[in-house]
Amino acid sequence: MIRPDAELLLDISDLHASVEDQPILKGVNLQVRAGEIHAVMGRNGSGKSTLSKVLAGHPAYRVTGGSVRYRGDDLLTLEPEQRARLGVFLGFQYPVEIPGVSNLEFLRVSTNARRETQGQEELDTFDFEDHVRERLKVVQMDPAFLDRSVNQGFSGGEKKRNEILQMALLEPVVSILDETDSGLDIDALRIVASGVNQLSSPETASILITHYQRLLDEITPDYVHVMAAGRILRTGGRELALELEQIGYDWVDEQLAAEGVV
Amino acid sequence: MTSTSTRDLVSQPYKYGFVTEIETDKIAKGLSEDVVRLISEKKAEPDFLLQFRLKAFRHWLTLEEPDWAALGYPPIDYQDIVYYAAPKQQEKKASLDEVDPKLLETFDKLGIPLSEQKRLSNVAVDAVFDSVSIATTYKEKLAEHGVVFCSFSEAVKEHPDLIERYLGTVVASNDNYFAALNSAVFSDGSFVFIPKGVECPMELSTYFRINSGDTGQFERTLIVAEEGASVSYLEGCTAPMFDTNQLHAAVVELVALDDASIKYSTVQNWYAGDENGVGGIYNFVTKRGQCRGARSRISWTQVETGSAITWKYPSCVLQGADSVGEFYSVALTNNRQQADTGTKMVHVGPRTRSTIVSKGISAGHSSNSYRGLVQIGPGASGARNYSQCDSMLIGDQAGANTYPYIRSQQPDSAVEHEASTCRISEDQLFYLQSRGIGFEEAVSMMVSGFCRDVFNQLPMEFAAEADKLLALKLEGSVG
Repeated sequence: MIRPDAELLLDISDLHASVEDQPILKGVNLQVRAGEIHAVMGRNGSGKSTLSKVLAGHPAYRVTGGSVRYRGDDLLTLEPEQRARLGVFLGFQYPVEIPGVSNLEFLRVSTNARRETQGQEELDTFDFEDHVRERLKVVQMDPAFLDRSVNQGFSGGEKKRNEILQMALLEPVVSILDETDSGLDIDALRIVASGVNQLSSPETASILITHYQRLLDEITPDYVHVMAAGRILRTGGRELALELEQIGYDWVDEQLAAEGVV
Repeated sequence: MTSTSTRDLVSQPYKYGFVTEIETDKIAKGLSEDVVRLISEKKAEPDFLLQFRLKAFRHWLTLEEPDWAALGYPPIDYQDIVYYAAPKQQEKKASLDEVDPKLLETFDKLGIPLSEQKRLSNVAVDAVFDSVSIATTYKEKLAEHGVVFCSFSEAVKEHPDLIERYLGTVVASNDNYFAALNSAVFSDGSFVFIPKGVECPMELSTYFRINSGDTGQFERTLIVAEEGASVSYLEGCTAPMFDTNQLHAAVVELVALDDASIKYSTVQNWYAGDENGVGGIYNFVTKRGQCRGARSRISWTQVETGSAITWKYPSCVLQGADSVGEFYSVALTNNRQQADTGTKMVHVGPRTRSTIVSKGISAGHSSNSYRGLVQIGPGASGARNYSQCDSMLIGDQAGANTYPYIRSQQPDSAVEHEASTCRISEDQLFYLQSRGIGFEEAVSMMVSGFCRDVFNQLPMEFAAEADKLLALKLEGSVG
């Protein structure tokens, strides 16, 4: 939903970032307002995942230039946990397994950290169980997953559902979903997409990072961006995604060559 | 790792590091036969005990300090240690009201209130300060059930027959270097006797406090559970911060008769030295339980977080048919701490079973070794052992080793050993952080998850405490 007067939630300006001294992001500009759904597409190595990691504050990525403002404040000086508590959520492409840490306890601690920042009261074990069972419905997840260790022994689809469950619990303002569709069969994809749709609201925004059109069949984006060589090369509406499905990304090389980038 | 996660290798300040100013009755430094006699005389001991000490001392003189452990420390000067120190007060008091308030205050500060109003409601405590026991709570209530729980010195006076019957029968006075030393100079400790068929009505606990800077602590604990009896016992330990090392060489003996069960838990938090390895306790301890009777069970649970050096192998001799031995251990080392710890499961009787679960966590520049022996004797047909040894490394300067020894003389037996090593990864930490969980809390969640199998074995009252203790010890250690 595009409303030019909606709150500017995320303002990324000329963002540069490196990993192990290798520049990956080379001037990303992106503005995300409340109510909007953005799709960021592009080939492997274009910098899509790096953008998501930088926004969440992964310590391996170093910001070398530019700025990111979240609801008007500098996002880049905050620790990852502070960003999360303030409502920035990253859905991981490959959620890690954490043996020994109970999923339920993990979800409770993180939910309470977010609630505390929002001035809501802490949920004790019993209240939280009720709360989480309600949210499980969003992703049609079996409560048995709550008793396991975080992501341990989960299938690819179960891990992704666990990500969306976390999104449902944390009620983020800006959600960045990094290739949430990868490795999912069509049924799992629909469940995940329906979860994201249920959680969308005029007050929040999402950035979907994806290779493929098929996620965008389920979640309709307001904007589609094509990333290449560490920046956004082209921006359009949802029709751009359909066009990419037709023509692929070969034009990207031509355009980069024309600009003298490659 | 990068700047956001790099922290200095500093430990949380040790909050039990204070010294109690109290007048003590100390003998001169040094060890000789006269010193052994003096200790025995101070305690007005019966002759059999003096003979026990002298035999041990004479044997100790012939022994060499063992050097097979994966530990490094300068030679210990055994003549530079005080072997007996006691707070100056008269005979052990009949009532707590007569105990020096300074001592009560000390234990209050340690979180072990002894006074009638404040003490833990379902845990009986024996409080040992330097070389002597100063108070034991709930003695009368326990006595109603026939349970004896008192200081070792008191037991020597009131139950000499039991002491004579059991002392040194599990850990002989010539068992090893440190056990022989302890047998010669031990000063106090706890004695527990659970008579036939009695289930001890409350948790028993001994709290050991080293206070003097130049005193060694040599306590002796003896627990006997008669046929069908059961008891759960916990010991806790702290010491002030000194820049010298203090020697702690304890001996613990457990005896379980037919169908008896003893659960022995330790939360060891002796002063570990500073971040450069200056000061701290040398913890050289011999702990062994004997499942003497059929179907008896002995279970050791230890949470080892303190001491500059830890050298201990709580063991089970599974003599009775169908007896069961268990060892659950969490050993955490940080900074320059060194630990060489594990267990011995000696299967003698038929169908004996043992379980070993060891979790070693090494942070800072520390070194942490698991050393364990599983021995299946010729008579132990149908014996089974399961061992699991997991190590977790935090940072890239710490070391972990596993030395499992398996000896089987019985073809009809099964021994399983599993081992793993893991490192807390940056990606795991980032995952937790990106869900709003702070860095330190993320580490402590992962560590306590790693230790859960062991913490589940601790008595309820102490499991949460152990969790907190570990988090405290690791604060600032990941980077």
